[in-house]
Formats: sequence, C-alpha cells, structure tokens
Amino acid sequence: MNPVNYVYLAALLFTIGAAGVLLRRNAIVVFMCIELMLNAANLTLVAFSRMHGNLDGQIMAFFVMVVAAAEVVVGLAIIVMLYRSRHSASVDDASLMKL
Amino acid sequence: MSFPLLTTTAVVPALGAIATAAVPAARRTAAKWLAFLFSLATLGLAAAVLIRFDPDGARYQLTESHAWIADFGVRYELGADGIGAVMIALTALLIPFIIGAGWNDADPAPGEEEETENKRWRPTQGFFALILAVEAMVIISFAATDVFVFYIFFEAMLIPMYFLIGGFGDRAHAAGEAEGAKQRSYAAVKFLLYNLVGGLIMLAAVIGLFAVTSDQLGEGTFSLQEIARARASGELDIATSTERLLFLGFFFAFAVKAPLWPLHTWLPNAMGESTAPVAVLITAVVDKVGTFAMLRFCLGLFPGASDWATPVVIALALVSIVYGALLAVGQRDIKRLIAYASISHFGFIVLGVFAMTSQGQGGATLYMVFHGISTAALMLVAGFLISRRGSRLIADYGGVQKVAPVLAGTFLVGGLATLSLPGLAPFISEFLVLVGTYSRYPAAGIVATAGIVLAALYVLLLYQRTMTGPVKDEQVRRLPDLRVRELAVVAPLIALLVFLGVFPKPLTEMVDPAVEHTLSDVQKKDPKPQHPTAEQGWFDYKPAAPAEHGGGEHE
Amino acid sequence: MESLIGLLVGAPLLGAAVLLCGGRRLDRAGHWLASVLAGASFVLGAVLFFDMLGKDGEHRALHSHLYSWVPVEGFQADVAFQLDQLSMTFVLLITGVGTLIHIYSIGYMEHDERRRRFFGFLNLFLAAMLLLVLADNFLLLYVGWEGVGLASYLLIGFWQHKPSAAAAAKKAFLVNRVGDAGLAIAIFLMFTTFGTFAFAPVLSSATDASEGKLTAIGLMLLLAACGKSAQVPLQSWLGDAMEGPTPVSALIHAATMVTAGVYLITRSGAIFNAAPDAQTAVVVVGAVTLIFGAIVGCAKDDIKKALAGSTMSQIGYMILAAGLGPIGYAFAIMHLVTHGFFKAGLFLGAGSVMHGMNDEVDMRKYGGLRKYMPVTFVTFGLGYLAIIGFPGLSGFFSKDQIIEAAFAKGGTQGWILGTVALIGAAITAYYMTRVMVLTFFGEKRWEPDENGNEPHPHESPSVMTIPMIVLAFGSVFAGGLFKAGDSFVHWLEPVTQHSHGDSPVSAATVTTGTVVALLLGVGAAWLQYGRRPVPRTAPRGSLLTRAARRDLLQDDVNHAAFVTGGSYLTRSLVYVDHKLVDGLVNGTAATFGGLSGRLRRLQNGFARSYAVSMFGGAAVLIAATLLMRAV
Repeated sequence: MNPVNYVYLAALLFTIGAAGVLLRRNAIVVFMCIELMLNAANLTLVAFSRMHGNLDGQIMAFFVMVVAAAEVVVGLAIIVMLYRSRHSASVDDASLMKL
Repeated sequence: MSFPLLTTTAVVPALGAIATAAVPAARRTAAKWLAFLFSLATLGLAAAVLIRFDPDGARYQLTESHAWIADFGVRYELGADGIGAVMIALTALLIPFIIGAGWNDADPAPGEEEETENKRWRPTQGFFALILAVEAMVIISFAATDVFVFYIFFEAMLIPMYFLIGGFGDRAHAAGEAEGAKQRSYAAVKFLLYNLVGGLIMLAAVIGLFAVTSDQLGEGTFSLQEIARARASGELDIATSTERLLFLGFFFAFAVKAPLWPLHTWLPNAMGESTAPVAVLITAVVDKVGTFAMLRFCLGLFPGASDWATPVVIALALVSIVYGALLAVGQRDIKRLIAYASISHFGFIVLGVFAMTSQGQGGATLYMVFHGISTAALMLVAGFLISRRGSRLIADYGGVQKVAPVLAGTFLVGGLATLSLPGLAPFISEFLVLVGTYSRYPAAGIVATAGIVLAALYVLLLYQRTMTGPVKDEQVRRLPDLRVRELAVVAPLIALLVFLGVFPKPLTEMVDPAVEHTLSDVQKKDPKPQHPTAEQGWFDYKPAAPAEHGGGEHE
Repeated sequence: MESLIGLLVGAPLLGAAVLLCGGRRLDRAGHWLASVLAGASFVLGAVLFFDMLGKDGEHRALHSHLYSWVPVEGFQADVAFQLDQLSMTFVLLITGVGTLIHIYSIGYMEHDERRRRFFGFLNLFLAAMLLLVLADNFLLLYVGWEGVGLASYLLIGFWQHKPSAAAAAKKAFLVNRVGDAGLAIAIFLMFTTFGTFAFAPVLSSATDASEGKLTAIGLMLLLAACGKSAQVPLQSWLGDAMEGPTPVSALIHAATMVTAGVYLITRSGAIFNAAPDAQTAVVVVGAVTLIFGAIVGCAKDDIKKALAGSTMSQIGYMILAAGLGPIGYAFAIMHLVTHGFFKAGLFLGAGSVMHGMNDEVDMRKYGGLRKYMPVTFVTFGLGYLAIIGFPGLSGFFSKDQIIEAAFAKGGTQGWILGTVALIGAAITAYYMTRVMVLTFFGEKRWEPDENGNEPHPHESPSVMTIPMIVLAFGSVFAGGLFKAGDSFVHWLEPVTQHSHGDSPVSAATVTTGTVVALLLGVGAAWLQYGRRPVPRTAPRGSLLTRAARRDLLQDDVNHAAFVTGGSYLTRSLVYVDHKLVDGLVNGTAATFGGLSGRLRRLQNGFARSYAVSMFGGAAVLIAATLLMRAV
C-alpha cells in the first residue's frame, strides 16, 4: 500500500482533533482530541520514517508517546482539580487567564 | 599598580549609601551626619584627584584598567582628563551642600512622628542614601573611559533619581496633598521614560559600536583609548553612514539628559515637583553627565559625524537658549522658572561644545561647573523660601526683602550669577562660549547674545515679583530670615562664585589641555583672526605716535 | 606708582564688601567708613595726578598688570590697569564728585534705616566705574560696565518697597543689558578681527582691518554707549531712574554711569576715526538725543525729571562732540567734566529742596524758595548759570567749544549739527530758567497735604550744603581753568590726537550765536513763568507738551513694540510648550496606552479562543512557508 495514504489518514485525524479542541467544551473531550492530534503526528512520523527508510522518525514517535503519557498524567490531574473546585468540566467556565 | 584613587572616590559614597540606609529608623539625625561625613570624605578624595592631576601630563591620568567581561571586550577602565577631573570635583563639591540644604526635607511631617517610630520604612535614611548612591554613579560616569562601563552607570543613575523625584516632594503642595502626589509620580515617571528611551537607543548604538570594532579589529572593544589608537593608526575606519547612525544613537541619549530642545519637557516637571536639593542634584549634577558625555564620547568616538551634525545641533542649542529663556519669563512657578533657565543654560553648554573652538569648549566645560554652582545657590535659596511659605507660586510672594533681607540678598546674588553678571563665575564661561561660537559661526553667536538680555529679564522679573514691593500678606510678614544652617549652605557657594569669577585660572589650567585634546580628536583648529596684531608688549603702545593711526592728523 | 592704581579701585570695593557683608554692627559707622574710603581713593588719584604732571606728556601713561584672568588657548584676558590722561581725568571726576556725594548722603539719608547698605552700594558704584575707566582691555572694561549697571540697579531700586522703584531699577538694568549685548558683540568682533581685545594692540592696529569690520565694531560700541549714556533709542530708563534717592541721581548723572558711553567712544577713537559711517551714526544719535532730552526737560513738572531730561540732552552734546572725531574728543571730555560739577550741584540742590519740602518733587508746588534756602539758592543758581552757558562760567566754555567743533565738521553736516547744537543751547536756557523760576522765584505755592502737614522749607544741614558749595566753585571756575591756554586739550592730546577743524564760521560768531540763543531761551522762559503767576496744576498744554510729558511717547513705543508683543510671545510659548511639545510626548504615551487597552481585550481567558489564534497563527506560518517555497 502506498505509504502516502498514511499521511492522508494522519491529516484527517489531525483535523478531527483540531476541530474537537476548538469546538468542544468538555475538558475531557478536548483532552482526548489533543491526544488524537499527537497521535496523528506520530503516524506521520512513522509514515515518513518508512518512506525514507531511516528510523529517526520512529524514535521520535516513541519520544512523543512518552511525553504524551506524562502530559496525560498532569493534564488529567488538572482537570480533576478543576472539576472538584468548580463542579464542571467545561473549559469555558475556567476563563481565569484574563486580566 | 598604583592606588585606585578614582575607584575609591566612587566607592566611598557608595559605601556611605549602604551605611546610611542601614542606620536604625529612630536615629534619623545620626543618618544625616553619617551621610554628610561620607560626602565630605568624597570631597576630600575628589580634591586629591585634582591635586594629583597634572594638567601638562598625559591626557588620561589616574587610569585603572581591569578585565571585566572578557567575552565582550568590556574592561573596567577609568581615567580622568582635565574635564573629567573638574566634573568629579564639582559633583563631590555640591553633594555636601545638597545634603546640608535637604537636612530636614525627608523628616516625617510633625503629625506622623509616632506613627513612623516602629516601622521599617525609613524615608530619611533612604533620602540621604539615594543621594549618595547618585553621587557614586555620577563619579564613575565622569571617570569611565570604557563606553560600556559608562553606559551602565549612566542608566543605573535613573533608579535612585526616580525614587528621589517620586518619593520626596515639597511638604505643602499648591494643588493639595493628593494632587501633589499625583503630579510628583507623573514627573518621576516622565523623567524615567524619557531617559530610558534615550538610554535604549544608546544601547543599540553601543552594541553597534561593538559590532563595528569586532568586525574591523578582530576583537570587539569599548575602550575609548583603544578605539582612538586604532583610528589613529588606520586600523579602524568606520563607514560614514554607520558612524552617523552611531553618533545619533549616542547623541540622542545625551540630548535627553542634557536636556536639549525639544526633548526638554521632563526637566521642568522633575525640578518643579522634587524638593530643591533634589532639583539641584538633577540640574547641577546628573544633567551634566549628558553634556560631558557629548564632549567625551560623541566628539571623541565619532568626530566625522559630529562635524556633520554640527549645524543641526547648533540650531537646536540656539532654540534651547532663546526658547528656554522666553519660557522662563512666562512661568508662574519659581522652580519651573529656574528649570527653564537651566534649559537655556544647557543650550549655551551644547553650543560651546559644538562650536569646536578652544574658547567654546573650554567655556562649555567651565559653564558646566559654574552653572552647577550658580544654580545650586539660586535653587537652594528658592527652596528655603518655598519651604517657609509652602508655595511655589511667584504670585504668593512680594516684599520678602523687607522681612528677610539676607534671604533676599543671597537670592539676588544667585540670580545675578544666573544672568552671568561679570565678576561672578558664570560670566566667564558664558563669554567664552559666546566668543568661541562667534569666531566660527557669527550669526549663531549674535542670536545667543540675545540670551543674555533675556536672562536679565527673567531673573529680575522673578526678583521684582517675589522680593520687592510692599509686603504681600501676613504670611509673608512672618517669614523668618535665613537660619544659620541655611546660611552655612549658601554662603560658601556665593564665595566660590565670586572667587572663581575673579580668579578662574586654576580651573582653566586644568581644562585647557583637555580641550586641546578633544579638538585634536575632531581635527579642528581655531579660526585665525583676520588681522592678528603683532606680538606687542604693553609698554610698546604709544597712542601718541601718529604713524600708528591713519586717521588722527597731528598738528 | 603703578601699584597704587589697583588701590584706586580696591578702596571703594573694600568698602562695599565690608559694608554689605558686615551686618548691623556697622550701622553706626558705615557711612563714615564709606566716605573715608571714597576720599582715600580721591587722594590716591590726586597723588597719581601730580606724579603724572611731573612727567613728560608722552610718558605719562602708567600700566599695571595684576594677573592673568582668563587664560584659555588663544584667548588672553588680563586684569590689568592703564592710567593715562583720559583715565586720570575720569578718576579725578569720579572720586572727587563721588566723595562729595558720599558726604552729602550722610545728611540726606540720615533717617533711612538701611543707610549702611546705601553707602555700600555707593562704594560699589564708584569701584565699578573706576574699574571701567582704568581697565586696559575691553573685557575688563565690560566688567566695570556691567558692574555700573548692577550698582545703578541696586541704587535706583534702593527703596524697593515702592513697586515703582523696583520696576524702574529693573528697567534700567534691562535697557542697559541691551547696550551691554552690543559691547559684547563688539568684543567678539575685535577678537575675531584682531585676536585680542586689549586697548593697545586693537587701537594701534585698527587701521589694518577693513572698514566694514570697523564700522560694525563702531556701531556695536555705539549701541553700548547708547545704553549706558541714555541716548536715543535706549534712553527710556533715565527718567524712571529718578525713583532712586536724589544723591544717586547726582552720582548717575554727574560722575558715573551716563558718562561711560562718552568714555567708551573717546577711548575707541582709533576705531571710529577709521570708520566714518559709524562716526556719522554717533553724531546723529548725539544730535537727536540733544534735542529729545531738551524737549522732555521743558515739559516736566517733577524737578528731578526735568534735570534728567537736561542730562540726556547734555550727554547728547558730548556724544555729538565725540562723534566729530579728533576735533571733538577733547571737548566732549571737557564738557563731561564741567557737566559733572554743575549737574551734581544741581541734583544735590534739588535734593536739598526736596529735603526741606517733605520730599515734594512737583515744581508747581514750590515757588519763592530763595528766601528759605539761601545757600541752596545760590549754589543751585550758579549751577544753573553754568549749564545754560552763561559767559565766563564752566558750561559756557565747554559748550561753546562743542558748537564750534560741530560747525567745523564741515559741509552740510557741519551746518546741520552746528544749528542743532545752537537750538539745543536755546532750549537748555529755556528749561533751566523754567526750573529756576518755578522753584526759587515767584510766590509760594505749597499747601498743607491731606494730613494737614504743611512743609516748612528750611536750609539743609552743613554736611549737605558744603558739598554743594564745593561743586558750585567747580561749576564757576572749572571751565575757565580748562580753557586757559587750551590746557585741557593739551593735557588730553596724547590720547585724543586733537586736531583743529576749520570752522566755516568764526569763533566769535559762534560765541555770539550761543549768547543770543541763551538770551532767547531765558527770555522766553521768563515771559512764560516769571511774569505771570504759575498755576498749581499743570495746564493741558499743546500736543507737543503732552507728548513731552510722556517722554515723547518713548515708553508707549517700547510698550507697544516689546512689552505687549513679548508677553504675548511668552504666553503663547508657554501654551505651545505645554500643549504641543509636551502634548506630543504625552499623546504618544496616550496612543500606546489606548492601543494596549484594545489589545488587552483579546486576552479573554477562553482557552479555546487562544487555541484558535494558535491554529490561525500556525496556519499562516505554514502558508507563508509554502508560499515562499513556491516563489
């Protein structure tokens, strides 16, 4: 199968993720969409690695996975804390970052 | 390695600042005396600098040089030429008077006494510590021969000055307490912003200079002497357009500080809102760094560009002279009037610097010194007057000489020095500047001469409106005359004005060789008189000999 | 002998310093100290004078170099004195008349609580004036020049509590400063032309320079002289200067200050001789002022202001003579000296009259005072006869010579100048007779003031009358002494290079003309004021009289030209500085402030809107990268 198709799939996944981040309010969903985008990036890395026949991209993908895992830990903790304090998981309710 | 006299001169007040700030809150008087003693010690050291300085010796003396930031070619380089030595002496001389005049300026108001007792906030200590801190930085600026070192202290000065302007104002403000605080903070912020903008542009130019030197010499340097040497040997040849840009960057910062029209508007605010001693500190000490730096850095580093910019600078200086004087005439506030008078005088200094003649630059250097002393005398007496009545408005006074003749007399002498009366020191410098300007730019010389008429106008109007006439009201009638402390501050300044007006030779001897060096930097020579008279002894003159006169027929 | 020259200046300067810094302790003895020091200066001057007489004419000039004052590369200013015949004449006049005025002031200022300061200022005045005439270079002369201005400022405004006095003092200083600026520019010109401004080299090589330069220098010197000597167009301060105590007026008008301009022009004779255009300007100024002052003097009812007008006019004579060149210098100085005697006597007499009349100055409220003040009447009368040029008295000799020299100028110019001088003589006789008649003759016209205090005119104490008597002697005999064998002209010859002009009119004719003019003036005044009772309030008078009462509108002109315009200018500049220059900066600050306020709204705190901007930004960046690659 033509490896370019993986790239197309990655683009599709990335777009879905991005749209989710921008449109959904639930923090958990937003978070999942971010994961989707990260994985889209991983897919691209692996696809290109395959296309060019060197392993650098696959190594990078592993790095991204590790970072994503760390991010999940921190991010979920924040979401849980937010939910506890505000009884809502909506990102719009947490508009605390303005002056 | 000889004794680092210049560093010591700057370190002593810095130590004094720390020591003064550390005095416990309750021991206010001790803090004042401590600051005063440190300023006297600095004066002693500055006197040592003057004595050790040999006018006929090398251009820079008492030099110190240590590697500092080797990666950027920054060296801690100090050295005094005649001009720098004189300016250091002026600074060290004025600070004790400023401290003496401001003795009670930072005391808590009578009602607040108990309140402040156990607080950690110590305004009195802070006031004197800040003054000493400014002194230390100014002295380093005058001594620095490394552009980077100069830049750092030139900018760092703003911090203590900001607090001095914003934190300590006249106790009673015409517009009320709250409005006074607002205007004070406006003045302080304005001062800071103006000077920061100037400083930032200069920073760009400083970096540019580094880039140019590292490009051409292989190794970047900020050392004035090194750059001068490289230029003389032809190793360094800055492209004309680059040189002009760098010149403008430096000049802008100094023109803000000096201040030159149209960058002057921070000065009346700053001088008007701060207490009289701080106003003296601004105009007599801190601003002088600007004009001094024009002479040392603008002319020394960028002679070609200085020459190129001269017509514009002269025009701006002339505008400053006339404009400052006219605005002084129109002021209703004593301190702002003196501030505008200073703007006019700074115009004279810049004019003298850029006239590029030995008389002009020598006069400009003397002007810096004499203006410092004369403005200190006038402003401090004005401050004593203002603190008595609690008002800065000229209209609130009248007939003061009737109730306080000594105050009025010293005020008049200060005023006469400001209008450059012959016999007092400022006359010499002003005349030299005018002669020096006239010999190269006659039209500019004549326009500037108008400044001496206007100076008489604003000084005498001020005196007439505040001191003469019938006693204005009961409040004026109760004004006490000068107290002993106040007289002790003013009398030496006046004595100095008279002495230097009659016998300025010690100063001119210091300044003259340095000016010649600067002139050789810019490769200028004095214009020659058209019909030089033959060298002639005094006794050779015989007006009777008809041969010498074409016109007089003898019968 | 040379070392004594410095003491001439030093004595009064020391007095001024001691009296002004000494404080109240000196209140009781200060006036004596000042008078003694002034007298000491006069004695020193006399010693030097006799020493000078003992020498040969060519070798009389003394020189004393004290120290190098402002040594800057290419610019040498020294404190050095030069005492030649011209300076000597001035030294004797200044210290002599000055000392008499000091003594007179002891009586006149007896009741003033600030008498010590008054004497300090008087001494300062003498010191400054002596420095002016003794300096050997123009810069040191400039120091004395402005020092005189300062002393006059302090003395005219001595009664500072009167707003009018303070204003008059300021006006005098300011107008003088305009003249000073002229002198400063003249010095710049000399410096650029000759490379020095010491008398000796400049004057001896004056002819090397181009005529244009010399004319410029001459005109600037003339401007300076106009300021100090109250010549048109800088004459306006002199009338107001009468706000000072009367001895001050005597000092300013007779011995110091106004004579400085004549000195300057005479001293710079070598420059003027080589610049005929400048000389023409000088004579024009002199002639115009001569008539101007005389007309003003005719209309004033204030005795001091009438005398002030006369001073202006007499100085006009001197400037006119000085403008004539070598044929006139000596006569200018001669008239200056004789004028010093009689004008000082007249002013002191006027002061004595005011002293007896409760400080009343309006002559219309005097009348018949000769019975009450015989000494004042006689001394004032002798001064009067001298000033109108009564044959045999001082003024006759000196004025007659000037008129003759004016005719000798030659050509149309000579005729015009001579005629003007003759007319001036007639007007002088008129207004001085008017003063004399109004004050001392006729019926008494004074009345009790609103408090019911009627003046009790009485003779002044002898400390005041003795100086007046001495001056009266001078007014009578000085002229004859100077004229005898042309001794004065010969005395000054080494300095002024005197030459005789060929007058188209014979000396006898001129003298006759002068006497006729004098009789006309006196007769007219007698007809108007002597034969008819004088109204206590001044009649409205003709247009000219009214204009002359307002000093021929000098103040109105100045006011319209400078004061109104100037205050409008400064006020608008203050506005511009605040609104435009400052406003520009504040406007920039406000713009940035407003802009950042807008930008702040973008920070709305919604995480998703930040995300949108992030995506948007990334998209733009990628698009830009692609686009760049495509290009």
